Amino acid sequence: MSTQPCAIVGIGQTNHKTRRWDVSLGGLVREAATRALEDAQMTWADIDAVVLGKAPDLFEGVMKPELYLTDALGAAGKPMFRVHTAGSVGGTTGIVASHLVEAGIHRRVLAVAYQKQSEGNAQFALGSGRGASLGAGGAFAPYMRSYIQGTGAPADIGPMVAVKDRLNALKNPYAHLKLADITVEKVKDSPMMWEPIRYLESCPSSDGACAVVFTDEAGGRAAEADGRPPAWVLASAVRSEPASFPGRDPVWSAGAADCAADVYRGAGVTRPREQIDCAELYVPFSWYEPMWLEAHHLAERGEGWKMIERGETDLDGAFPVNMSGGVLSSNPIGASGLLRFAEAALQVRGTAGEHQVDGAKVALAQAYGASAQYFSMWIVGSSLDPFG
Amino acid sequence: MTTEPVAIVGWALTPMTRRTVNSEAELLFEVISGATEHAGITRADVDFSCAGSCDYVAGQAFSFVQNIDAVGAWPPKRDSHVEMDGAWALYEAWVRLQLGDIDVAIATGSGRSSTADPATVYPMEMDPYYLAPLGADVVSFAALQARILLDAGLVTERQMATVAARARGAAQGNPYAQVSGEFDVDALLEDDYVRNPLRRHDLPPITDGACAVVIARGDKARELTDHPVWITGFAHSAEPHHPGLRDLRVSASTTRAARAAGLDAAPVEVAELQTTFTHEEALLTTALGLGPEVAINPSGGPLAANPVMATGLTRVIEAARQVRDHGKQRVLAHATSGPCLQQNLVCVMEGTR
Repeated sequence: MSTQPCAIVGIGQTNHKTRRWDVSLGGLVREAATRALEDAQMTWADIDAVVLGKAPDLFEGVMKPELYLTDALGAAGKPMFRVHTAGSVGGTTGIVASHLVEAGIHRRVLAVAYQKQSEGNAQFALGSGRGASLGAGGAFAPYMRSYIQGTGAPADIGPMVAVKDRLNALKNPYAHLKLADITVEKVKDSPMMWEPIRYLESCPSSDGACAVVFTDEAGGRAAEADGRPPAWVLASAVRSEPASFPGRDPVWSAGAADCAADVYRGAGVTRPREQIDCAELYVPFSWYEPMWLEAHHLAERGEGWKMIERGETDLDGAFPVNMSGGVLSSNPIGASGLLRFAEAALQVRGTAGEHQVDGAKVALAQAYGASAQYFSMWIVGSSLDPFG
Repeated sequence: MTTEPVAIVGWALTPMTRRTVNSEAELLFEVISGATEHAGITRADVDFSCAGSCDYVAGQAFSFVQNIDAVGAWPPKRDSHVEMDGAWALYEAWVRLQLGDIDVAIATGSGRSSTADPATVYPMEMDPYYLAPLGADVVSFAALQARILLDAGLVTERQMATVAARARGAAQGNPYAQVSGEFDVDALLEDDYVRNPLRRHDLPPITDGACAVVIARGDKARELTDHPVWITGFAHSAEPHHPGLRDLRVSASTTRAARAAGLDAAPVEVAELQTTFTHEEALLTTALGLGPEVAINPSGGPLAANPVMATGLTRVIEAARQVRDHGKQRVLAHATSGPCLQQNLVCVMEGTR
């Protein structure tokens, strides 16, 4: 193995909204990147390479946007790399950037992921310009129905997740949806979108971007010595599987489970539920929280919903999940994965503000994409050897 | 930067055609099967896959998702996708193998230009606020750059026609080429302009096609083949998007990438360059410091077949072929993206001494 340590020393994100008509595409990514550079106490000149991630080009109507965004991201004169792995892309963007440091190819890498959904019509783009797409909710609803049927989870679990994430979002200044008066009853009274998913159990369409600055061990140590704790990338993993064939179980996806097993192996995690302090999981629809808890070996099969019912995944619970408010509160698709990864890093740096989990030392982040078939995960720690 | 030794151990291409009835996944199935067979392995031996393709070329959001079927990703596999030419997919795969925990990766490039009207699609890769609304596309910008080179005395229209004639003549020996044959330079120069100063022969054909490359790390590469083609330098670099912000008489990012890839360390015998337009050959050979002794595009290059998103990766294959099948010792492949050669990649390869 030739892997070298990789530290996260800068994190920036935009204020997420339905329409960021105050900024161009370049302005949007620059807002996040500038904040990340300020956090890292670096300038554009310090960056050796830029990795850009986003989901479909058809959403904004710009083909190969890394070409145009080279200027806004200070990437002229540098390597500029573009990643697209559907909804998992934000996670993959962070992973590719960390690999460039871990492989010793670059010392300081800027990862940026974004989506400006207000520039186009996602439903129209998903339907190949015919506007007849069933959409992500329609694609995922059967999996969630199958989960409920298979586990006997009570109907309140989805609404409980929705309430938890929306209350967490109130503590996150960058979150898109701020629903202070949300209750389980209100969620259950909201219109049914795709059985069993109600309106208030669904993610919004957001404009937003996220940026992360990665550096080598020396850079991480220097930040640490300067009183700016870094987050160390302990392990990362990706997995993909075909969307559809008779052997596939999309409820307890083998791809998700393999990805989790791989990232735990890499980080030296043997008892994930005890050794990990909190997790940011990609939950665009409420029922994905219990499904992922199970597929990621954080709960026994069929028991993920019980962690939620017992309040364990609350911000002050035994295993907090989606401290930032999650995808349910902000969903700039291409950025959503990197936002999860960045939130995990904020937690172990101790800089998550009002949504900080006390004493978080090890955090897990996950993103998924397409027909719940592309997965990316990482584990970050406040030190390189958190399990001593 | 010290990198782990990684070698190309197998590859495959589809025939390059103006229009295929096969889906992109079918094209990829063919080349992934072919490249793994060429490497003497099966799909199960591939530890990481990375694809280069483009939603706009396919005309569908998330178009690459269907292509995962061709990878044979069951049990689930490590997989990634770059919305760039397959040459950058190979770069990501090469970076992934540097981490040392896995040994074999495959990179693919695929594009079916026939599914859409390129003249409608390509303006979409320009700046969305100032350039795309003008309908200006890569051909218009190539014409602009060619005019600048002509006015600067760096190339002549006769040289451009000579490049086209030589490329398509060389392509007669390439079973995968789309356009080949003997062309008379004087006759070519009598054609009308498509976009002044570019004539039809200065432009690449519109092509459907795909290709795949298998790479392996160190001992695994030696185990798989007696003729590994070692990647000894690999780098890429970008320039500002707006052509008005660049000196279009040179390709600074190509020079930077070549330096980062260590091209200067020793001479190369063959260069496969992504010269999508004839005038780019003079520009790129100057940027790379290649003398007349270096054979340029013996495959015919992009002027003989231009499968968008696979054109750059095809250069890697054709350069590697020169080492593995024709006894060359050190070669280079070049790939590009964006208007007027905005982004450039250089891959240096060597045989076993």
